[in-house]
Amino acid sequence: MIEIESLTKQYGPTTVVDDVSMSIASGSITVIVGTSGSGKSTLLRMINKLIEPTRGRVLIEGRDTALTPAPLLRRKIGYVIQGNGLFPHRTVAENIATVPKLLGWEVARIRARVDELLKVFQLDPREYAGKFPYQLSGGQQQRVGVARALAAEPAVLLMDEPFGALDPIIRGKAQDDLLEIQRRFGTTVVLVTHDMDEAFRLGERVAVMNQGRVLQYDRPTALLTRPIDPFVSRLTGTADRSLRLLSLIKAGEAAVPGTAAEPAAALGPTVSADASLREVLCDLLWRGAAAVSVLNPDGTAAGTLTVGGILARGKPG
Amino acid sequence: MPIPIGKGRRLQGWRQGAALGLLPFVVVKASRIASGEALSLIGSMPRTWAAAVVVLLAAAALSATFTASDRVRLCAALAGVVLTAVAVARAADALTPAGSRIVRISPGVGFWVLLIAFALIATNALTRFRLSPALRVVCLLGAAALLYAAFAGGLFDTLSIMREYAVNADRFSREARQHVLLALGSLAPAVMVGIPIGILCHRVPRVKGAILQTLNLIQTIPSIALFGILMVPLAAIAEAFPWAGELGVHGIGAAPAVIALFLYALLPVVANTAVGLGRVSPATVEAARGMGMTHWQVLRQVEFALALPVILTGIRIVLVQNIGLVTIAALIGGGGFGTFVFQGIGQTAIDLVLLGAIPTVALAFSCAVVLDALVDTLNRSPP
Repeated sequence: MIEIESLTKQYGPTTVVDDVSMSIASGSITVIVGTSGSGKSTLLRMINKLIEPTRGRVLIEGRDTALTPAPLLRRKIGYVIQGNGLFPHRTVAENIATVPKLLGWEVARIRARVDELLKVFQLDPREYAGKFPYQLSGGQQQRVGVARALAAEPAVLLMDEPFGALDPIIRGKAQDDLLEIQRRFGTTVVLVTHDMDEAFRLGERVAVMNQGRVLQYDRPTALLTRPIDPFVSRLTGTADRSLRLLSLIKAGEAAVPGTAAEPAAALGPTVSADASLREVLCDLLWRGAAAVSVLNPDGTAAGTLTVGGILARGKPG
Repeated sequence: MPIPIGKGRRLQGWRQGAALGLLPFVVVKASRIASGEALSLIGSMPRTWAAAVVVLLAAAALSATFTASDRVRLCAALAGVVLTAVAVARAADALTPAGSRIVRISPGVGFWVLLIAFALIATNALTRFRLSPALRVVCLLGAAALLYAAFAGGLFDTLSIMREYAVNADRFSREARQHVLLALGSLAPAVMVGIPIGILCHRVPRVKGAILQTLNLIQTIPSIALFGILMVPLAAIAEAFPWAGELGVHGIGAAPAVIALFLYALLPVVANTAVGLGRVSPATVEAARGMGMTHWQVLRQVEFALALPVILTGIRIVLVQNIGLVTIAALIGGGGFGTFVFQGIGQTAIDLVLLGAIPTVALAFSCAVVLDALVDTLNRSPP
């Protein structure tokens, strides 16, 4: 649990972050989204004290961060920045070992942890441990950056535009990886981005910031259906908000049970319960079909979805 | 930059041909300051010897000039260097009357042209191999060992420069030690003071301009003038505080030399430290801080480590510059190889000048090779 209380940052007469209070649940992904200059990076950097707040405080698991010396605090908080910030003069393994080394772990434990993380991030330790960052592709560098941030098993991971420098295909993969990693380690992730699609794709809760203030901090569906401010609805996009809404709902949640008696093989076109309604709708449009069966991961039928049923979910209320 | 195959190399070939036939290979003098008689290669040694040397030298020159293989070129050029050196030693042996210590046989222009032409071809061929830093140092050590063996074995004992050495053997080792001490003794404080000033320049951009301009100004003062400027206050200090004089602070001698060299050395160290730190990406520093490194750890493990190749390049400049400048320090009684140079100039004894100049050049060259290798090793990982 991270509690942010009346956090304010002023540079001279300019207020960059203005009296922000929010609480971030443990083990969740929270996204702070806003245009450039909205104060979102400053807010993030006050959590690990890279920037000292002018007023207000941050509590992590009930403990005021002001009481811990900044370097000691940061060693317990993972930190990933755009363009990854890998140390160019150190190998991949040495980069990942940075924080464990600062914490004084034993060599064997560090090596085991580095190998484990490389495997988690689909980088063969024998091939990649000894390489230098410039020998990796952009996507690989990004993965090493995240692995390095997670090396000392931090409970909190702060990410500042972590996927900003990646091309769209690699970015999608990196986002999927992050969701997977977050589920696996149960890390509390706070991610800053200006990309609304990324915010909706990753965030369980999304905070919209403008001019130093958090305008709305809520679940993505609520931001779409009940924006409390014109800026929020402008940022979330009015033209395609129905499709955005559909992309937030899983086929499994929306499927209508009842036809489960039929054997799976006789169902005709099927979709996975993990697919979003937006994907299912596109699939139906492409096939020219009116209905589709939804299958659970174990192969059992979850129910059916019709075009009408999907359309009904694409509006508020 | 490798010389392109063709015209340039053929020109070198002609130069060697001319040197072989026309230029004086050795100069024979009745005493160390008498004017001498120039002898060509052929006239400087017994016929059979001369014929063999000419044939071998021509073979080395031709194969070094016209081969397309760098390997063959290197071997031929190195053979040429060795042959030229052995030939001048043989000529000196042959021309020295038995038991005479007064007659001087100096290498002539022909010898130097041959030696330098072959050495240039060898270096040029060697550069094309793009040797690893470690291998370059090994090559240097090999050459040094070979030279040491040649000198220790008495190969060049009858040559005029070695005659001067024989007379000055005690002083030579003392001045050599003094030369190295002065060069390193001013480099070490310059590094210790210059790096913190460089860090200050990087951290506080406001003072950077003023500091670098001041150091630039010092750099423009001619060395003799700087020695002169330092003499006055140092003499005053030595007079006012006897204990300072006992510690070696005098208007002349090593103290002004070390201080002047230290001042000259500051600019490259400070400027390169500031430039090196400035090249470190802000994202890398931000990441280092964000992961919980203290200020000191960020500076040492990240900023300094990444700037080190540039800082070392500055140190290399300083060391080579210092080894040259120490020569001038002899003028104010600082000692070093310059003592022989200025003494030789005073006595119009060119051999004594060379006894000071050649080791200075060799020392500077060796230091440059070693430090370049070090810089390349550090630069190897990231581009």
